[in-house]
Amino acid sequence: MGFFDDKQDWLAETFAQYPERRAALMPMLRRVQQDEGWVSPERQEEIGQILGLTATEVAGVMSFYSYYQALPTGKYHLQVCATLSCAIGGADELWDELVNELQILRGDVTDDGLFSIQKVECLGSCHTAPVIQVNDEPYVECVTKARLQALLEGLRQGKKLEEIQLPGKVGHVVHNRGDEVQA
Amino acid sequence: MSQGPIVSGKDPRFVPTLYAQVGKPGSWTLDYYLSHGGYEAIKKAIAMGQDAVIEEVKKSGLRGRGGAGFPTGLKWSFMPKNTGKQHYIACNADESEPGSFKDRYLMEDDPHQLIEGMMIAGLAIQATKGYLYIRGEYRRAYDRMMGAVKEARERGYLGKNLFGSGFEFEIYIHRGAGAYICGEETALMNSLEGLRANPRQKPPFPAQAGLWGKPTTINNVESLCSAVHIIQRGADWFASMGTEKSKGHKLFQVSGPFKRPGVYELPLGTTFRELLYDCAGGPTEPIQALIPGGSSCPPLPWNDETLDTPMDYESLVAKGSLLGTGGVIGIPASMSMVDAMWNVTRFYGHESCGKCTPCREGVSGWMVNLFEKIGTGQGQPGDVEILENMLDQIEGRSFCALADAACWPVRGSLKHWRHQFVDAVEHGKAVERAGSRWG
Repeated sequence: MGFFDDKQDWLAETFAQYPERRAALMPMLRRVQQDEGWVSPERQEEIGQILGLTATEVAGVMSFYSYYQALPTGKYHLQVCATLSCAIGGADELWDELVNELQILRGDVTDDGLFSIQKVECLGSCHTAPVIQVNDEPYVECVTKARLQALLEGLRQGKKLEEIQLPGKVGHVVHNRGDEVQA
Repeated sequence: MSQGPIVSGKDPRFVPTLYAQVGKPGSWTLDYYLSHGGYEAIKKAIAMGQDAVIEEVKKSGLRGRGGAGFPTGLKWSFMPKNTGKQHYIACNADESEPGSFKDRYLMEDDPHQLIEGMMIAGLAIQATKGYLYIRGEYRRAYDRMMGAVKEARERGYLGKNLFGSGFEFEIYIHRGAGAYICGEETALMNSLEGLRANPRQKPPFPAQAGLWGKPTTINNVESLCSAVHIIQRGADWFASMGTEKSKGHKLFQVSGPFKRPGVYELPLGTTFRELLYDCAGGPTEPIQALIPGGSSCPPLPWNDETLDTPMDYESLVAKGSLLGTGGVIGIPASMSMVDAMWNVTRFYGHESCGKCTPCREGVSGWMVNLFEKIGTGQGQPGDVEILENMLDQIEGRSFCALADAACWPVRGSLKHWRHQFVDAVEHGKAVERAGSRWG
């Protein structure tokens, strides 16, 4: 059975957003990525058939963007921001810790199927560096060693991201004219 | 301080508007927005009419807040009129210049402000459809924008015959998927159309042939939000802030080792000192360099001269740098500038779209490889000159500005911290990574 067979309403709604069907390519890739953790060659082929594109055209667009994965990922795909402000905040050590802790590298999945890791470029949360994004969820910010441990522990216990209690500063903080507010 | 233009957040006449609701509980709902004067500006704009709206924004002196600083009203005036074709307004919410995170909270905490800004732009350029291109990683911002668009649609703030005026407007949200180049307006259009996000040849400019070949204007989130307040409060109010060539106020962002990093709304012309000490509480460790407006802007040395520089377009150009997105990054003295520039170069190398040779081979290949060589301690005398030669060969020769953006910070670093580069290549020592800060 095709991935989109039972998603005709979603497809129709997505096509209706654009004057041309091809524009639905990115939303379709995202939908597969979200549900299956990667976009397999079969899915690329299927998307191509729906949109009237070759599988190569689909792969060409897919490979351009960092979010779509051409290999299976773990249940929790941990994306670690590695760009300047996060590097200043210790992203390299965070990455090393993660590699040591999980004993995997980019492209691997832990034996229990739970985790995969990827270094990504600037996530736009430079003031709360270093930052991790789990799957498509809101960011985990100000990631200290203790917060990383609590995050991994919580995920291993099968908790939802928003249910995991992280020690120290929680959530994101904006300072508007010196007033510290929790947004 | 009651005379002259407003160039300090401490001036009692300064009223923050863009971020006035950020951080307030429930600020993203329609009812909250309506109870704070929401959707009054668009009604006023409809009454004013298209030409008067463009004139007001022109008169305000608003320049694009996405980094390039092109006058917003002038951009709108480039759009052809009464073409009988579909016109589009695209909002650039791809916010991916390292050091920038201001648009994120505008969308998370005040999504209706952006919807209203897009409506005003739509009115000004005869666009009945708007696309919000939001970077894929901004999940909360996406959720809030989706919720706001849905609410606005259901309660008659988006759709046909709005406010009984005959004005029609609809918004669609398109999520990116992790590519810096999508912030370039023609690349953004390709990405929206479902193509690889390679920039397009200009001309034709988007105003002539943009999205699906139709007249299109692309504006940054903050620019559109600023337009709401310009219409609401008038061009003179906006122009009372800032300097001769840099009018209004802006969202500045602070990251790096400071006491209170974050987003601060201040008049243009405010000094770095006010932003970094009065707002951000000062550094938590010695800083050697300031990147003034996102990683593509040449870094400036941390000294009194830099700290007393007003943050406006012209003052930063005079210092050999740029205002950019207003994303200020402090680079600590404990981090080698070679390391910092290695990181930035790797970023641009990764984000090069591969369309043109100077960028694909020059930035992603040569520059990244040379930094890797120097950074890992395999540098040799003469490598600094080779790096400079590369910059000469790449800068100004690429298809879009991405390769320039990669060259500027490195050139700026060589100007002020050349000795660190020379030291690294002559001693063949691996640069020490920023570390020991994490735990």
